[in-house]
Amino acid sequence: MNDALFLHRIHFAFTITYHYIFPQLTMGLAPLIVVLKTLGLRTKNPAYHQAARFWTRVFGINFLAGVVTGIPMEFQFGTNWSRFSQLTGGVIAQPVAMEGVFSFFLESAFLGLFLFGEKRLGPKGHWWAAFMVFLGSWLSGFFIVAANAWMQHPVAYQRLADGSFQVTSFWGVLGNPWALIQYVHTMSGAVVTGAFVMAAVGAFYLLAGRHSECGRIFVRVGVVAGIAACVFQIFPSGDMHGKYMAAHQPVTTAAMEALFHSTAGAPMVIMGQPDMERQTIDNPIVVNKALSFLIYGTTRAEVKGLDQFPPQDWPTNVPLLYFSYHVMAGLGTLFVAIMGLSALLLRKGRLFRARWMLWILMLAFPFPYIANIAGWLTAEVGRQPWLVYGLLRTEQGYSANVSAANTLFTLLGFMGIYALLSIFLMFLVTRLIQQGPAPLSGGEA
Amino acid sequence: MQTIWFSLVALMLVGYVVLDGFDLGAGALHLLAARTDAERRLVLEAIGPVWDGNEVWLLAAGGTLFYAFPLLYASSFSGFYLALNIVLWLLLFRAIGIEFRMHVAHPLWCAFFDGAFCLASLLLIVFFGAALGNVLRGVSMGPDHYFFAPLWTDFRPGAHPGILDWYTILCAVVSLAAVSMHGALYLILKTEGSLNARLRTVVKRLWPALVALSAAALAATIFVRPNLLDNYRTAPVAWLIPASVVAGLAGIFHFTRTGGERNAFLSSCLYIVATLCGAAAALYPALLPSSADPANGITIYNAAAGAASLSIGLIWWGIGMAIAVGYTVVVYTMFKGKVHSGSSYH
Repeated sequence: MNDALFLHRIHFAFTITYHYIFPQLTMGLAPLIVVLKTLGLRTKNPAYHQAARFWTRVFGINFLAGVVTGIPMEFQFGTNWSRFSQLTGGVIAQPVAMEGVFSFFLESAFLGLFLFGEKRLGPKGHWWAAFMVFLGSWLSGFFIVAANAWMQHPVAYQRLADGSFQVTSFWGVLGNPWALIQYVHTMSGAVVTGAFVMAAVGAFYLLAGRHSECGRIFVRVGVVAGIAACVFQIFPSGDMHGKYMAAHQPVTTAAMEALFHSTAGAPMVIMGQPDMERQTIDNPIVVNKALSFLIYGTTRAEVKGLDQFPPQDWPTNVPLLYFSYHVMAGLGTLFVAIMGLSALLLRKGRLFRARWMLWILMLAFPFPYIANIAGWLTAEVGRQPWLVYGLLRTEQGYSANVSAANTLFTLLGFMGIYALLSIFLMFLVTRLIQQGPAPLSGGEA
Repeated sequence: MQTIWFSLVALMLVGYVVLDGFDLGAGALHLLAARTDAERRLVLEAIGPVWDGNEVWLLAAGGTLFYAFPLLYASSFSGFYLALNIVLWLLLFRAIGIEFRMHVAHPLWCAFFDGAFCLASLLLIVFFGAALGNVLRGVSMGPDHYFFAPLWTDFRPGAHPGILDWYTILCAVVSLAAVSMHGALYLILKTEGSLNARLRTVVKRLWPALVALSAAALAATIFVRPNLLDNYRTAPVAWLIPASVVAGLAGIFHFTRTGGERNAFLSSCLYIVATLCGAAAALYPALLPSSADPANGITIYNAAAGAASLSIGLIWWGIGMAIAVGYTVVVYTMFKGKVHSGSSYH
């Protein structure tokens, strides 16, 4: 791989990974805030409104960070991936432009009302503002997933004489089966992050003996939403995603599992390190026949190994793909255990006194971020060596007119600015958690 | 069909400059016009609820450009790589400046974020002005329509120019004057008292400079690319556009003296819309001319997406933008009128 191509890939990977820290939380928190506000309207308990107000402020800071780190993403298609943009603009730009036209205007219009308009709008009006922001952010997520899904599984296109692609059906691109499966998986992944973060702050307040009423609300809503999202993440959404991938990107499935040779009754590797030279797994812990069962529903089925595919079509970094996938799946399983246990204790009315469980909930919040990003790494590293699966290779898509040095220059620039942004954000969020939930005051409304 | 999309993309960009222009202009004048902490808070409150929505116009314009003219999007974004990345960094700094300013109380932090906001706004206006200059002047393109523009070469708009040369710097200065004026007129509309009075002085001093700079930029454009007048020769009705530019300038002069704050701001809108439309009309059907070999230039014909994409797009784009304009109107109606210190925003 040449230097320029490598740097363009790192440039995109770095900026998109950093960006995705924020939308996964805001997309996850938005429905939870709507839930809190609904409970507030139903029960007339002011603590719910207070809880919603606290999360609205956390949402506001993260949303802003998502917007400012998201703008470079839209530009980067053109700056760093110009050949790709030129060839696929007739298709990919449809969801990208629709995101701008349909969701960004919606979000920006209602965000101001949502963040600062509680007094002006009254409880019902403000509920609607919260709902519209939720709608806008989930719509936004859909358009981006639809763009990505077309790269994973191109549909509804035709190729013109100059090699470029053009859309043949408006609904075809938006209704891509891959997009629908990937969307529900991505969104419930975001809710997992939102739920863990909400439960963690609640657990912190309960352990520290502050804001106990709000703390209990945070933990309860976080755990209930968390268990639902964590289970849904594995079954049916993750299960469907895995099967669809095995059907359409079999070489990716083989690489995710580091299955070097085709095997009937293939095992599932729980742990171990792929050895690319000897084509085995070192230090393996496996569950016999589980992989065949998960993909085909029978323990006897043969799963195609990497040996069935020409090496130039293998994902370019098999170990990275293997680890991304195993980190995602391993953490996802752990999340079900944590949330399941918490939900059980909650049901028995013992959770708020079980300090050991609250400690676990408080410390667990970074892991959903890791799992979500590992999931995206699995999707993107797994798509290699293709930009558009089966149609356009990655080395055909980058900006050949931008030199490696210039790419390195802007990559370093983004790293510096994002480091600064991280410091400011950590300061603000920490201070917000320190201050805690507060009643509606004159100045802040 | 290509002509329709040319107009739509131009419309989005004009919408962006008119709307985000006033909050960029307010930013550029931030340190100069607003002196005390209370005044600076007022400036931020005046643009607080709307600046984010204004910036969406840039994103939506970028998306629309990508959809309708993929080649132009690919070639110009990668060719102006350095300038565009600097613009992205400035947009980041500016957003950090505005939003973090609201969350801190310490005077040193406020001064820091005020500075970041002002400097980033100012440089953004300069870069956007230079960008327009680059599009009018053209760049040195290969037969595949790709290029890589250095930030500067010998500062002359010859066959192999950089992003900055004397012509594009002149465009940047005009842009700084015009957009600062636009920002000042918006803030006059939104404020009262000493801040309002100081901004009026700014407008009075800026006006003659803007008239002189506009005339100089027009002359320089005709000197650098004489063929930009071709469309005006074949379609004399286009002369209505420069007439509107003059009307806009006259309107600013007249209404600032008679106290018509709203009309003065609208005149400034007219000036900006007419100037940009004048540039678009001069370029058409070119999108980005080639300075060396004219045959390599990007036009609406060689850059447009396939016919099917363009027809499908017209439907969703029309529906989406109709809704978007609706939101914009609602938000501006809700937040109309003067801002006062300690009002409900931030």
